[in-house]
Amino acid sequence: MIKAILIFNNHGKPRLSKFYEHYNEDTEQQIIRETFHLVSKRDENVCNFLEGGLLIGGLDYKLIYRHYATLYFVFCVDSSESELGILDLIQVFVETLDKCFENVCELDLIFHVDKVHHILAEMVMGGMVLETNMNEIITQVDAQNKMEKSEAGIAGAPARAVSAVKNMNLPEMPKNINIGDISIKVPNLPSFK
Amino acid sequence: MALKIVKGSIDRIFDKNLQDLVRGIRNHKEDEAKYISTCIDEIKQELKQDNIAVKANAVCKLTYLQMLGYDVSWAAFNIVEVMSSSKFTYKRIGYLAASQCFHESTDVIMLTTNQIRKDLSSPNQYDTGVALTGLSCFVTPDLARDLANDIMTLMSHTKPYIRKKAVLIMYKVFLKYPESLRPAFPRLKEKLEDPDPGVQSAAVNVICELARRNPKNYLSLAPLFFKLMTSSTNNWVLIKIIKLFGALTPLEPRLGKKLIEPLTNLIHSTSAMSLLYECVNTVIAVLISLSSGMPNHSASIQLCVQKLRILIEDSDQNLKYLGLLAMSKILKTHPKSVQSHKDLILQCLDDKDESIRLRALDLLYGMVSKKNLMEIVKKLMLHVDKAEGTTYRDELLTKIIDICSQSNYQYITNFEWYISILVELTRLEGTRHGHLIASQMLDVAIRVKAIRAFAVAQMATLLDNAHLLTGNTQRNGICEVLYAAAWICGEFSEHLENPMQTLEAMLRPKVATLPGHIQAVYVQNAAKLFATVLKGEEGNTDGTAAQEASQLMIDRLPLFVQSANLEVQERASCILQLVKYIQKLQQKDVEVAEEVNALFAGELNPVAPKAQKKVPVPEGLDLDAWINEPPSESESEDEQPKAIFAKEEPKHSRPRHTEVDEKELARRREARKQEQANNPFYIKASPSSQKVYQEAPGVEHIPVVQIDLNVPLKVPGLPMSDQYVKMEEERRQKERAEKKKKEKKKRKEKRSGRGKKHDSAPESEEDITPAHMVDIVTEEMPENALPSDDDERDPTDPHKALDIDLDKPLADSEKLPVRSHRAAEAQKSPTDGETENATLQEPKKKSSKEKREKKKDKERDRKKSKEEKKKKKHKHEDKEEDLLGGQADEPVLQSEETSQVADPPTSSSTTAEVSDLDFWLSNAPVPSNTQEAATVAAAAPEPSVTAPDSEPDEPKDTEMEETKSSKHKKKKQKKEKEEKEKKKKKKHHHHHHHSDGAGEESVQNGTVEEEEPLPPMSNYCLLAENSYIKMMMEDADEVYDIQGNLQDGSQVVVSVIFENKCNSFLKSMEFNVLDSLNSKLQRPEGSGPHDGLVVPFQLPPGVSNEARFVFTVQSIVMPQKLKGTLTFIVKNEDDSTHEKLDFKLHFTCTSYLITTPCYSDAFAKLLESGDLKSSSIRLEGVNMPFHHLLARICFHHHFSVVERIDSCASMYSRSIQGHHVCLLVKTSAQTVSIDAKCDEPTLLGNVLDEIKQTFSQC
Repeated sequence: MIKAILIFNNHGKPRLSKFYEHYNEDTEQQIIRETFHLVSKRDENVCNFLEGGLLIGGLDYKLIYRHYATLYFVFCVDSSESELGILDLIQVFVETLDKCFENVCELDLIFHVDKVHHILAEMVMGGMVLETNMNEIITQVDAQNKMEKSEAGIAGAPARAVSAVKNMNLPEMPKNINIGDISIKVPNLPSFK
Repeated sequence: MALKIVKGSIDRIFDKNLQDLVRGIRNHKEDEAKYISTCIDEIKQELKQDNIAVKANAVCKLTYLQMLGYDVSWAAFNIVEVMSSSKFTYKRIGYLAASQCFHESTDVIMLTTNQIRKDLSSPNQYDTGVALTGLSCFVTPDLARDLANDIMTLMSHTKPYIRKKAVLIMYKVFLKYPESLRPAFPRLKEKLEDPDPGVQSAAVNVICELARRNPKNYLSLAPLFFKLMTSSTNNWVLIKIIKLFGALTPLEPRLGKKLIEPLTNLIHSTSAMSLLYECVNTVIAVLISLSSGMPNHSASIQLCVQKLRILIEDSDQNLKYLGLLAMSKILKTHPKSVQSHKDLILQCLDDKDESIRLRALDLLYGMVSKKNLMEIVKKLMLHVDKAEGTTYRDELLTKIIDICSQSNYQYITNFEWYISILVELTRLEGTRHGHLIASQMLDVAIRVKAIRAFAVAQMATLLDNAHLLTGNTQRNGICEVLYAAAWICGEFSEHLENPMQTLEAMLRPKVATLPGHIQAVYVQNAAKLFATVLKGEEGNTDGTAAQEASQLMIDRLPLFVQSANLEVQERASCILQLVKYIQKLQQKDVEVAEEVNALFAGELNPVAPKAQKKVPVPEGLDLDAWINEPPSESESEDEQPKAIFAKEEPKHSRPRHTEVDEKELARRREARKQEQANNPFYIKASPSSQKVYQEAPGVEHIPVVQIDLNVPLKVPGLPMSDQYVKMEEERRQKERAEKKKKEKKKRKEKRSGRGKKHDSAPESEEDITPAHMVDIVTEEMPENALPSDDDERDPTDPHKALDIDLDKPLADSEKLPVRSHRAAEAQKSPTDGETENATLQEPKKKSSKEKREKKKDKERDRKKSKEEKKKKKHKHEDKEEDLLGGQADEPVLQSEETSQVADPPTSSSTTAEVSDLDFWLSNAPVPSNTQEAATVAAAAPEPSVTAPDSEPDEPKDTEMEETKSSKHKKKKQKKEKEEKEKKKKKKHHHHHHHSDGAGEESVQNGTVEEEEPLPPMSNYCLLAENSYIKMMMEDADEVYDIQGNLQDGSQVVVSVIFENKCNSFLKSMEFNVLDSLNSKLQRPEGSGPHDGLVVPFQLPPGVSNEARFVFTVQSIVMPQKLKGTLTFIVKNEDDSTHEKLDFKLHFTCTSYLITTPCYSDAFAKLLESGDLKSSSIRLEGVNMPFHHLLARICFHHHFSVVERIDSCASMYSRSIQGHHVCLLVKTSAQTVSIDAKCDEPTLLGNVLDEIKQTFSQC
């Protein structure tokens, strides 16, 4: 089981938090902070597994994380998950984001956290892995987006236009905070079918 | 109006959307909180509007704020509103918000039940999907109970997308509503073989998760998983299954044996590290579960260790980490194979990665032996010195203590060394584990009698240098050590060299800065020391020393009397008065030493931590009852001392105890002695070791160095543990030399001429004698302690509730709650409308009917589960089992008045299941194909008659059964049987489904009091056969409408088994039928009406396989005969010939009937309706029990029993085109009369004819 999925940046700002077990808001923030604290002080080139923090988990739980440029992707899982499998799942997740957002960068995650949630929902459900095939995930996500578009129809057009205008005069919209080299792979780990 | 809408939508454009909110927050870095609070106010305004789009936008923003840590539970109701929007866009926003912030105590959740149910049954798969996803996050016990049945229905949805989500969410439902597990399990199991890999993977996922917590209930699934493991190519699924096997093997070692081979193959073949790693893990689990009985399993260990070494040596830190992790599992059972990699592991201790260092530490724990303990600990001590960061250092500290104290100090040969290690550890600054060190000191000093003198000396030095430990900080955890030191010095003060000095050290003013509970111990033990001093001075005539001591006490104790700590104060004032009194006596030259010592007489025994729990509660004592009125709530708990040691205080009030229980104590001692005699860890004294101990340099030889306050970390005067390493080395060498000498002597004397290798053999564990006469006192337990298993599980663990036996047949009381009107919808009964009307008038009747309806559902489920089982099962057994299992349902079908019947817990199916598993486990892996087929051919004698109905097949089956049972005992034949079954499973795969179902139904319906087993029945009949090939057909088994609303699109599926009887290869088989006007073979698009269908397989010699052909049928009222030809090529080594075989396909009218359950009231209405034409037949000379007769009709003619009273039964069936067929069967003597009604007289006539034919043949 996956207990929580967290994405935060190099400064510990949460970009997505998904808890598959209930905590109140304060505890959630504490967990995010603690996790960030644990993860951020680790060097690059050390292993991607961490024995669980004090707040989340306990003995049976592990933090499995990957660091892409400015973002940390952290999964808190118990012993029923394969460690390397989860690492691969993170990779699939990031690649899917990359496909869905066309060259994903941190800003995409900042402004479209709802979409990230929807993509994640196609991969992990209630703490269990639902789908590991990237194409299947993208197909389902696209189909749902299409539905959303068709529902918005013409009525949605002005809203889209306004939002485009709003985005136009955005000085702080650099596209350079790219998630970076997502092709870092665990050696000898062919992706799941 | 239109204008208003336009205006509204324009307004909306300028509402803040999520992006605007995020942008705003980013632009207000200075006053973020303020900005957000204004945003929340805006959101509150937006939520008040009627426009759902505005609301959805607001909820979307709230979801973002929730992530930032803002409580948005106040908007829960608005979230529900957005969830119930009809537009997918908003619905999705609503569900996302709900999944982020709803939980069990959100009260609006109960409002969502109907909305969710509606979404679950939405025609749009994404509505359903979104609802499932949301539900998975916030499902509550109530929701689970109310929606379990809806979700279960979704598990068979046509879209795999929904199926897989429904399967996954079932796990959450089980957790919240454990009662749903048993009813839903059969379907879940079915999903393991779903054609869609995603669904399959989800099912594996759920079952693995369930099995992980309660593995024993899932053992019976092992064969199924084994099959999946050998067939699946999906790594994700494989990993899950392999992990599952890891959990199952400890329960069933035979499973492990079966697994080793395929797993080893996978290890060799896979390129995926994740899979390799899990395989290794499971192999390890298997090896752990197997006792050493297996000859070749050292090879497997070697393989694992070797693969793990590769992982550990890999440059990838992840693999290194996992390698170490797995290694630690091997370590537990096969320490030898790991110990050879000690170099590698010690190397990992130096790794820069802390996770890896910690893992390596774990490994060290299991790698120590008597021989290398000192060396390893020495190395660890070095790491302690080097370690940066207190967490890692603390970890090291606990590991050192763990390693040394493991299994009752098994590996410690020299306790002096250990004490000095502990003392060295006290030098650690800022450690949190002072209490750990302290408890070790206490434990060793109490339990190892021989070490007390040494320990006391060390502790005295510690006390003397207490200022070094306490340093500047109170919060320093290490001062706990002083607690132990003070207590040891006091309790075993008779060993003290200079009690007076220690007494002085304990009464220094600085002590008052220590935590209260430590001061209390100081005071108490100062009194003990005082007693010792008095005793020591007893003989002296001048008595000045004794008086000095009294004076010292009187001088220093007032400091403690003023203590803020109650405990300290009380003890101090008590003792102060006592000493004052003693002083008076001393001045009168009264001998007081003995009396004072009596205060602290008696020995302290270690008590097991669990001892208190194990004291049996005396009869008639209710521990939970209030003695007085319950106190008010406001009791402060601030004063509770935090340290664990405070709890042990009561131990010190001993004198009373000893005086009262002198006898008791003696008795306990006796008991303990006996226990020690049986305890393997009780190290018996050996005279030689005692001698060695005396030879070792004692404390007095260690030079006392001048205290150098500039180097506060060194505790002077203490021996360094390193010295002991050297000393120990020397001691062992000496011992070895002595031994050699002795042996040489012996040999000289005896000249027995033992091989030289003996004395060159490496020192083994046993050779190392402990340096001390060690008396490791075992912990005391109360008399008549209750034996209890120790695996106490957390009572709050939700998985505890899921420990449910899944093999037991479903009881009546177990069913998923179904909403009433849904139940009516689901009903396939032809009188739908009528019943609903009826229910309005007769609510009572309806409810009972509902129950039955539910039961039907359940029955169907159970049937499925049974079918699953049966694939692997002896057919005969099945029938018996059904007989028993069927009874559970019988009475309900029988009577309308008795609504519920207690479920008879028939163990038969469970035992059958178990024996089934035994069977699977005991068989040899992978039988060869040809052999298998040969046995089948041999076991299946050819039927003599070629009749359209399946009757003639029956003797064949019976014979088969007989052959089987006669061979029952011999193992080899057992194997054969197994193969047969496997074979059967393969070829009859689908038919069993149906035929068994029908058979079961009939038996269930047919039996009341008789328990005679039914003769086995089969639906297969011989179609045609020649010297090359045999064709067997099942009488149009699966009959179904391809689409119910097409009037003439009925289809019949025919399964044909082709069996190669010759020694040649058969290929290019083509199946062709001459179409009639009424019935046509369905051919692929583009082929002509006379083209044959290519059979999609080839047949090697002796092999059989099954093909299915679909026919379109127009009219079903008449039986049909179709002529057909099978052409094929017989390929020999040198030549090949074309052959053909003609056959006739016979579609009986029976084959157009579908077994459809019907209820007696619906049945009665049907008969009353008057639309049916009637007809009847009489059968003479039928000589079989009535229930057999019914079973035959059910089985061969696809009827179901509606009701049975004595020797009269009503039966029902429905044709694929919706004709109702009702039978009333009566029997008297040997005559059976069947009155039948049907809305299609021709069909009825033909069916009756066929029934007649069936019975004429027996």
